[in-house]
Order: sequence, then structure tokens, then C-alpha cells
Amino acid sequence: MLRQIEGSRAVAETVACCRPEVVCAYPISPQTHIIEAVGAMVKSGALSPCEFINVESEFAAMSVSIGASAAGARAYTATASQGLLFMMEAVYNASGLGLPIVMTLANRTIGGPINIWNDHSDAMSVRDTGWIQLFAETNQEAVDLHVQAFVIAERLSLPVMVCMDGFILTHAIEGIDVPEQDAVDAFLPPFEPRQVLDPDDPVSIGAMVGPEAFEEVRYLAYVRQLEALDLIPAVAADFARGFGRSSGGLVRSYRTEDADTVVVALGSVLGTIKDAVDARRDAGERVGVVGITTFRPFPVQAVANALAGAQRVVVVEKAFSVGFGGVLSTDVALATQRSESSLYTVVAGLGGRPITRRHLETMLAAAGEDQLEVLTFLDLDTGVVEREQARMAAATTRPGPTAEFVLRDLALRQNGEVEP
Amino acid sequence: MTTQPVRFFQVGSFAVGNRLLPSGDRTVQSDADRTNSLDAGHRACQGCGEALGARYAIDAAMRATAGRLLVVNATGCLEVFSTPYPQTSWRIAWLHSLFGNAPAVATGMAAAMKVKGKTDVRVVGQAGDGGTVDIGFGCLSGMFERNDDVLFICYDNEAYMNTGVQRSGATPPAARTATTEAVGSQPGNVFGQGKDLPRLAMAHDIPYVATATVADLHDLEGKVERAMQIRGARYLHILVPCPLGWGSASSDTIRVARLAQETGLFPVFEAEGGQVTAVSPIRHRTPVEEYLSLQGRYAHLFGEHPSLDVIARIQAIADHNIARYGLDPGEHDDAGPEGGRP
Amino acid sequence: MFQIRIHGRGGQGVVTAAEVLSMAAFDGGRHAQAFPSFGSERMGAPVVAFCRIDERPIRTREPVMEPDALIVQDITLIHQVDLLAGLAPEAYVLLNTSKPLDALGLGDLSRRFQSDRLCTCPATEFALDQTGRPMPNAALVAGFAALTGQISLTAVEKALRQRFAGPIGERNVAAANAAFRHVTRSLAPRDPATRPVPTQAHAAAD
Repeated sequence: MLRQIEGSRAVAETVACCRPEVVCAYPISPQTHIIEAVGAMVKSGALSPCEFINVESEFAAMSVSIGASAAGARAYTATASQGLLFMMEAVYNASGLGLPIVMTLANRTIGGPINIWNDHSDAMSVRDTGWIQLFAETNQEAVDLHVQAFVIAERLSLPVMVCMDGFILTHAIEGIDVPEQDAVDAFLPPFEPRQVLDPDDPVSIGAMVGPEAFEEVRYLAYVRQLEALDLIPAVAADFARGFGRSSGGLVRSYRTEDADTVVVALGSVLGTIKDAVDARRDAGERVGVVGITTFRPFPVQAVANALAGAQRVVVVEKAFSVGFGGVLSTDVALATQRSESSLYTVVAGLGGRPITRRHLETMLAAAGEDQLEVLTFLDLDTGVVEREQARMAAATTRPGPTAEFVLRDLALRQNGEVEP
Repeated sequence: MTTQPVRFFQVGSFAVGNRLLPSGDRTVQSDADRTNSLDAGHRACQGCGEALGARYAIDAAMRATAGRLLVVNATGCLEVFSTPYPQTSWRIAWLHSLFGNAPAVATGMAAAMKVKGKTDVRVVGQAGDGGTVDIGFGCLSGMFERNDDVLFICYDNEAYMNTGVQRSGATPPAARTATTEAVGSQPGNVFGQGKDLPRLAMAHDIPYVATATVADLHDLEGKVERAMQIRGARYLHILVPCPLGWGSASSDTIRVARLAQETGLFPVFEAEGGQVTAVSPIRHRTPVEEYLSLQGRYAHLFGEHPSLDVIARIQAIADHNIARYGLDPGEHDDAGPEGGRP
Repeated sequence: MFQIRIHGRGGQGVVTAAEVLSMAAFDGGRHAQAFPSFGSERMGAPVVAFCRIDERPIRTREPVMEPDALIVQDITLIHQVDLLAGLAPEAYVLLNTSKPLDALGLGDLSRRFQSDRLCTCPATEFALDQTGRPMPNAALVAGFAALTGQISLTAVEKALRQRFAGPIGERNVAAANAAFRHVTRSLAPRDPATRPVPTQAHAAAD
């Protein structure tokens, strides 16, 4: 039913419709509203049978999920940012053991400096863990991806992470069609584990694997992830038939036909980019955008096809590899290596910095005139940067912490104590 | 009619076979139909106390649960020597996840069994002292605090043996390890408070906490059985000598374990709801030198110029334990060889 | 697209105001998007929430920088936050106060904004009267409905009942009605003599 509802609440209700049997979580902004709502549904009996476990850390949250999943229960958890890093060892373990856990990642940056706001640093930090990573453009898609995630996870016996932008989606209240229980039951069959701890049929899981077999075991994990490239579109198609709307899949193109310049991005910023694309189209420029829904496994062929006609590919990403540049860009570069297109990286929205249509339009205009740098930091306050660099260069001993001086510089200027 | 109870001092604590006991009182290990949970062919060292302790404990747990058992193992010697790919020595449903998360994985398994209504299936988590008192302590304390239905067993060999004998939070004072070498003015591990996990477990007020050694099979099995009769978080701390790390003879594993108890350095007791309810009194109170001198990790305390002051400090620890837990045999005149057992 | 920015302090239900506003718009068959200015939750700290209303699906995720309407739940913020940032002269402005603007030193507002789009409303008093709690949000959402016509009072009532179950919902509805009447009265008559005290200053300025 279409309701005006908070994204987190909608995700929680949807997850409950997926009948998870063990849910555990450790609070971290901006994931809290999701697990609070799931917890309340378990406590009231609305979600039953389900064990909701308040754990002492994210490391425990993923570990409890591992134990529950290995024992045959459908397991769900949610985290963000530092929490994801704190559970990192178990994140690898869950995929290494092939356990179909579903986790919401309410995307938030990683400190320091500490910052609770949105970007994709957390998701990028786990791109090599062996989890399937799906990115939601809207809250509707976030909701729909969770239903699909359980199907994908359990068919492949691999964990799936649904990434939704922290605060921007999790805390936004908008019209969302939250799936009905009957529809979810018809779409998502009961969990039949591929491997399970059973006293009647005892197996050992998690044995030590030496050099003689490790490469083969990892190769098989790679092959299984690639299977997802076929399964994900199939599940999305099934979903469209069952729910009457299109969500998920590998990539989505918007006004890319005849486009010279195509933007590539992940997550909720695609909405703002589409508005910018419309505006530039109205101004006569041939621009389009490709949204990547499935980030891992990376759909190389689908991305290559989507970008086939582009002369310029501009990857707008909310994360970067310090000391190098774009993260998503390197994947896109591989997908477009056979084309003649030029590739640009635009790092934007770090630590919650708003990505505005105005900034995007300015950037697109520059790209259209081939004036865009290969690596651009959108909306970067170069004045602050230059003053801090000068201060550091001038200091003879112990120049002090950069972040604190940048904040001080901004505050002084805002208060008019220094000429802006 | 007045009867004179007969005491079989050779049965119970010091004997494995127990042929003099009625069949129902014999150890699980003496039963030809035991599970052999940790089967032959594993890669443990000769005289490994941990292999022994794990087989005793898990066989007893299998007996107590009629085979309805799931086990999770932390990373460590036990995990490595029991499952060299593609082989496994475990004849039970067994999972290894990570070094520090076994208690949380066990919580997840117990939750899965509860939600599926399989309450007859019980869960045991097991780890060495590193996986218990150090890297796994956060998860363990959380499991205790929530009172999850898990028996957690620590096989304590007092250092990180799997990685080559480095100090852990359970390493005793003066012991030489690879990271507390027997050099300098204070050779070996420092004298500190140590991390006394049985007492930390008791501080969580969980239903059952017990300690045991591989030297007293009857006692160890009895504690596992008792633990499996109780629901909620339970903790069993078993001292398992490591010939490699302790520098003791492989043939001395049981002897060294027994001396740890008889000296008072390793108090053997049971606690329910945070209160000590039973102790195994010391039968032959033994000076700590006898225990220490069997182990290469204390070799620097002996020789031409023995460190009498250090040995005295260790003796003081033993004496403190004896006083704290009432382990002095004089306080238990009526007790049998096992502190109250027949 | 119609965009609203709401200013207040943590604990005053600023985010709930945006939520209720969006629910009322949604009930009116339009697309709506409400979201807070994200930050750590602290009582008393300045808080901003936003709402967008449109006939078409709303895709943008940027903050509202040039709002069509401004709601100020706590007038004491006027000296701490740039409340008027991005506001065009034709923007709607609804301020929670029982005092005349001149008494607040805000007389120039009536020169900057159109008189039929600038209004004060003693929302905290209405809330205290009806609910016993100084939560001005429900009253202000209704005041916004009266001021802009973007949402109906019926939709506001429905949203309040949906958001606050039972008697609390009804009390908020009562506060909302009081505010709706107040704002309607403030705006309707063009004869300065019959206008309530707080808006006389604007009338004079016209």
C-alpha cells in the first residue's frame, strides 16, 4: 500500500515481511530507525517467530548472524560506517562461508575526522569482501531491493548488502509502496539452506584451507558471484511481474540515447542528477545518466553497453581512494577500456556535503566544453584549502591538527572576524 | 545397623577406567559407545592437553544432550589441528568462524534453535584462553550478560600456542613466553592481577560457572553434565597443559595438570548464580616448586641460583587461592577424594 | 514544486511538523518529501526540517535552499540562525509568536515580505491550551495550511490523527483548528481595525 512513511520505517516493515528468524543489531546512526522498528515489531509479536538480539558490538552482530545462518535461520542485520569496519572480519567470514545473510548498509562516511553524514566510503571499503552489493536510488527501491536481496542471497548462498544513503534516504519521509505480506510470501520462499549445522547430519564448516586448495575455493566464490549477474536481472523481472513496478537489476539508463556525455553514479544522488540532466537537455545538451544498482558483482558488460555511445563518461562518486582518486571510476574504466570515450571522476558529497543541481549543471556544462579536469572535487572550497596549506607550510614546529584549524578558519570567516 | 562406608581412593579423580564403580557412575570416556567427538587422526602435538580436554568435554556434552549438539570453535590450535582441509576430526555438527567471535556465533546458533522450536538441540562454544579472555572477551561478556543458552568452554593453556607461544591475558606471572622472554631483571611474564575469567564470569551472575582440569576426568565430565542440565549462559574453564608451550614432557600432561590443582595455583570449583557452591579440596598440598620445576617456561627460576623470591611470590598466589576458595584439606575432613563425591 | 523550510529547536517536533505536512500533502493526492537537516539529536539545539510538495514524483535530494515558505517554530532563533536565507520577497513566512513583530525588533520583515504572506501565530499558546505541552508543530502546520492553501485543514487533521493516536491526536487537532482560525482571521479582513494585534504592524506597513 502506498503510504507517506519514513524510509527506515518502510525498510523495517519490508524486512519484517521477509520473515527473518534472527535479527541482531548494534546501534549506529543513521541505521538506528530501521533496527528500532524491527525490534519493536518482534517485541509486540507482529514479527514472529523471530529472535531479536541486542548485541554488544557490530562484530557480534555479524557473528550472531553467522551462527544463526549456519544453523539454518534466515538472518538479518543493519549497520553503517564505523560499524561496518568494526565487523569487517566477520563480513569477510560470512561471505567466505557462503552464508545468505542480508544486511542493510545505511551509507555513512568513515572517520576520522569523525562525521556521521552520508557518503559511500563505507560501502567502497567492503567491495572486495565477497558480498553482493546493491544500491538503492530511492526509498521505494530500497524497500524493493530488500525483498529481492533475500531471494538472491538464498538462491546463491551468498550474503547481500542493500546500500541506501544514510539520512538522505533513511530519514526521508515520502510516498512508499510497502509490500504486502502475501505478495512477499509468494515471491520469497522459506529458507532452504545449502549447508546447515544439523545434529542428525553433522558436518564441519569453516575448516582450515591451505595453499593446495585456497585458490580453487576462492575461484569458485568468484564464479558464484558472477552467477549473480544472471540471477539479479531475473529476480528483478520476477519482482516486476509480482509487484507491478520495476526495481533492482544491474544498471539503469536515463536519457542516454544519443548522449555525448553520460554521468555514472550510485544511489540517491541519481535523482538530483536526473533533474540536472533534464535541465541540460532543455538547454540543448546531449547528456544522460547511468545508475549502477548492482555494484558487486560489477556488471562490466552491462556498464559497457550502457556507455557504448558516450564520448565522455563522468563518474560522480561519493568516495575516493586517498592517494589515487575514484573508486567506482576504476571499475567503469575497465568496462569502457575498449571505447574511445574520455573518463572523468567527480568526487562529490563527501561527509554529507549537499550535491546540488546547480553544482551538477555547472560541472556538466564544463564537461560538455571539455573543460572538466580528469579528477574534480565538486564544491571544493579552495580558499580554505590554500589557507591551511599556507599555515602548515609556515609552521616551523608542531603545526597542529588540520581538521580543527579548518573549522576554526571557517568559523572566523563566518563570524566576520577575518575578511572572507 | 551401622555400616562403614568404603572409600575407593583409587577411583574417581585419579582413575580413568573406573572399573570398580557401578556402570552408571563410570566416565563417559570409559564407555565404548562414546561419541569420540574429536576423533583420532588429528594433528595435535603429543600429550596435548587441549585435545584431551576437548574430547572429554564434548563427549560428555554429547552424552548429556543425547547427541543433540552444535559446536562452534574459535580460531586456535584446536581448530587448526582438528580440521586440516579436506579432513575433519569432528564427528559432530561443528563450525569455525573467527578467533574472537565464537561466543556470538554460539548466540546466533542458540537463537536459531529457539526460533525453530528445536530446544532439544544445545549449543557449545569453545576457545583457547586467547579466544576467551582476550580477543573473544567482548563477545563472551555480551553472551553472559544476555544469558544466552550457551555453554562456553575455555581450554586454558595460558598462552597463544597456535602462533608460537606468545603471552595472553591468562599467562601466569614469571612464565616465559615468546613475548615475555626469560631475560632482564624480571624475566618471564609480569606479576599482575591476571585475567581471572571464572571470577569475571561469576560477576555476570550467570547460572553456572566451573573450573576443571584434564587430570580429573570424573570431575570434568560431571561439570559438563551439570552445565547441560541448566539453561542460560554457562562457563567452564578447563586447564589444559601444553607440552610445547610449557616445556613439559608430553607424558607429564596429566601430572602437571594435577599439580596445578594440588598446589592451589589453579582452584577447581563450581559456582551457581555468582556464588561458589563446591570446591575440589587439595588432597596432597604440594609446594609450587614441584609444579614449576617440571616446566621449561619456569626454568629461569631454578638452576644454580634459584629465584627464591619469585617462587615465594608464586607460592603466595597459591596460598591466597587456597584461602579464598577454602581448598585446604584440613577444612574438608569428611570429604572423599573428590571433595564430596563418593 | 513548493518547498518549505521549518526552523526550531530539538524537542519541539520540527521533524514531525515536516512529516505531518508531507502526510497532509500526500493525502491531497500530491507527491511530498519531508526530511530533517541531519545531525546529532540534542534537545534545544537549532534544528531544520524540509518539505517538498509537487504534482510530479520528486527526484531531487538536495537540501531546500530557496524555500517558498518558511515556518519558524522558535522565534528566539532569529538572532542565531540566518532564518531568511534564500527566501524570495514572495515567499510565505509563518512565525510562532504572540508578540507583534515590532516588539520583536522584526518590523522590517513586513517591508521585505508581502502582507498576505507574512503571518504570526501564537502556536505555543494554542498547544499549551489544548495539549498542555509547548509543542507548536501541529498548530503551525495548520497555520501553514491557512496561509498558503497548499494543504487542507482536513488533511492536516487526518495526518495528526494518524501520527498521534487517541486523545493526543484529538488535542493536536484542536490546537491545529485554533491556529487555522487565527491565521485565517489574520489574513482575511483588509480593514486594519478588525485585524488581530500581531498583524496590525504589517497592515500599517503596507
